[in-house]
Amino acid sequence: MDASLVDWSRGQFALTAIYHWFFVPLTLGLSFIVAFMETLYVRTGDEQWKRITKFWMTLFGINFAIGVATGIILEFEFGTNWSNYSWFVGDIFGAPLAIEGILAFFMESTFIAVMFFGWNKVGKKFHLVSTWLVAIGANLSALWILVANAWMQYPAGMHFNPDTARNEMINFWEVLFSPVAINKFLHTVQSGYVLASVFVIGISAWYLLKKREDLLAKRSILVAGVFGLVMSLFIILTGDHSARLMAKYQPVKFAAMENLYEGRTNAPLVAFGMLRQDKTMEDHKKEDFVFKIEIPNFLSYMAFLDANAYVPGIKDLIHGNPGRNIISTTEKIEKGKLAVNALKEYKAAKKEGNALNADGALSILRTNFSYFGYGFLKDEHEAIPPIKLTFYSFRIMVGLGFLFVLLFIISLWLVLKNKTENKKWFYYTAIFTIPLAYLATQMGWVVAEVGRQPWIIQDIMPTSAAVSKLTTGSVQVTFVLFAITFTILLIAEIKIMLKQINKGPKEGGITHV
Amino acid sequence: MNFISKIFRFYYEGFQKMTIGKNLWIIILIKLFIIFVVFRLFFFPDFLNKRFNNQNDKAEYVIEELTNKLP
Repeated sequence: MDASLVDWSRGQFALTAIYHWFFVPLTLGLSFIVAFMETLYVRTGDEQWKRITKFWMTLFGINFAIGVATGIILEFEFGTNWSNYSWFVGDIFGAPLAIEGILAFFMESTFIAVMFFGWNKVGKKFHLVSTWLVAIGANLSALWILVANAWMQYPAGMHFNPDTARNEMINFWEVLFSPVAINKFLHTVQSGYVLASVFVIGISAWYLLKKREDLLAKRSILVAGVFGLVMSLFIILTGDHSARLMAKYQPVKFAAMENLYEGRTNAPLVAFGMLRQDKTMEDHKKEDFVFKIEIPNFLSYMAFLDANAYVPGIKDLIHGNPGRNIISTTEKIEKGKLAVNALKEYKAAKKEGNALNADGALSILRTNFSYFGYGFLKDEHEAIPPIKLTFYSFRIMVGLGFLFVLLFIISLWLVLKNKTENKKWFYYTAIFTIPLAYLATQMGWVVAEVGRQPWIIQDIMPTSAAVSKLTTGSVQVTFVLFAITFTILLIAEIKIMLKQINKGPKEGGITHV
Repeated sequence: MNFISKIFRFYYEGFQKMTIGKNLWIIILIKLFIIFVVFRLFFFPDFLNKRFNNQNDKAEYVIEELTNKLP
C-alpha cells in the first residue's frame, strides 16, 4: 500500500478529529457547570444565579450549535477512506455509534429545547431537570463514541467470522464495560470538565479585568473552581489507572511514551527530558536523552503498583525477552502471517468444497488470530510508534494538568478571601490558560492515537491494511476541503463567542439564545 | 391533539423569539448542507457500497484485499 495514501488518510482523520474535539469538551463540561448554577438558582431563589446560568447557557448554546454534527464526518471517513477497517469491525463499531446517534437526537434535542425555550413556559424544577438531562445526555453520547474507540485500543467481546471477514460482537457488556472503555470514558469526559472550568474562570477573569460583571465573575469562578479542582483530582486517578492499563495491554505505547528503550526493574519516571535521535539506530527509532529529570522507581510503581517491578522497554518488546516471557515482534509477525494465510486458505478450501482443508486452515486462523495484524508488518520496527511525539505530548498534557490544578486553587483562594481586585497577573494568567486547556486535551488524544500506531485495532489490524484503495490525490483534496470548512467554522465560533462575551449577560437574563 | 399543539406552539414561539440563535441556525443549516450534501454526495461515497451490491461481494473483496496485502 502506498505509504503516502496511508499518511494522508491518517492526516485527514486526525485533522477532522482535532477540529471536532475543539467543540466537544466544552459542551461536556459547560453543560454540567450550567446545571450546577441552575441548581443553585432553584435552591436559593436568587435571581442573580438565574442571570449567571443564562449567560453561560448562551455560550454553551453557541458552542453546541457550531460543533454539532462535526463528528459525523469521521463516520463518513470510515466508509470512504477506511473501508477495510469498517467492514472488518462489523457491528462492534456500528452498535455504539447507532446508540450514540439515537441518544443524541432524542435526549439532547428534546431537552435542549426546554433548556433554551422553556424558561417562562415550564416550572422551575422541570427546567432544571431538563438542564441536567442535557448534561447527562451529552456525556452519554460521548460514552458510546469512547467505547468504540476503547475497543480499538483493547478489542474485547468479539469473535472473528472468517466467512464474512467481520468481527462479530458476542458480548455487548464486555465491550461496554471493558476496563479500557471505562477508563477512557472517565478520563476523557473529565478532561472536558477541566477544560470547561478553565474556560469559565478565564472568561470571568476577563470581566474582572474590565471591571464588569463582578458578581457573575466571582460566582462563576467559585463554581468552576470547585468543579475543576475536584475533577482534576479524579483525572489524576483515572490517568494513573490508564498507565497501568497501557502497560498491560499496550506495552509498546507505554515504553514509547516514556522513551524506555532498555527494560529495567525499579524504572524511574522521566518527569521532564529532551530527546535526540540516535542516528546509529534509526530503524529502531531510538531516541537518546539530551538531559532528563527522573523520579526514582516511579515508572515501575505507576505500571505495576510495585516499585521493584520490571518495565519492558522497546528493545524487549521488539526483540523479545525469554527471561521475562516476552515474545519478539518477529515471532508475532510469523504468527500473524500464519493467520492471514490461513484465512486465504480457508476461503479457497470453502470454494473448492474441501471441508478438511477448511477446518485445518480455520484451526490455524483461530490459534493465531490475536496476532492477525502483525502479518501485515514489513518488519519488527514497524511496530514502534513515533516516540518523540508520544513522549512530548504526554508531558505537555500532564504538565498543563498540574498548572490547571494550581489555577483552580489560586482562583478559589482569591474569591473566597475576596482578594480578586487589581490582580492583573491572575486575570491574564487565567485568560491565557484557556488555549492551554485546549492544547492539553488535544495532546491527550495524540498520546492515545499516535502512541498506538501502527494499529488501528490493537494487534489485529494496522492502519496500512485498513485503508481504502483510493488515489492519494482524492484524499488530499478532501483534506484541504476539511481544513477550509472547519477553519471557517472555528473562526465563526470564536467570533460569535467573543461578541457574546463582550456583550455580557442582559439585565435580568437572556430569555432566548 | 391539544398536547401536540402545545408542543408545536412551544417550539414555534421559541424559534420566533430567538436572538443570537437565528444566526446559529443559519450556520447549522449551511454546515449540514455542506456535510450531508456536498461532502457526502461528491467527496465521501461509501467505498464498498459504491462498488458492490451485496454483502457477499463486499466480504470477498475485503478478504482479497487483506490476504493480498501481506508484505
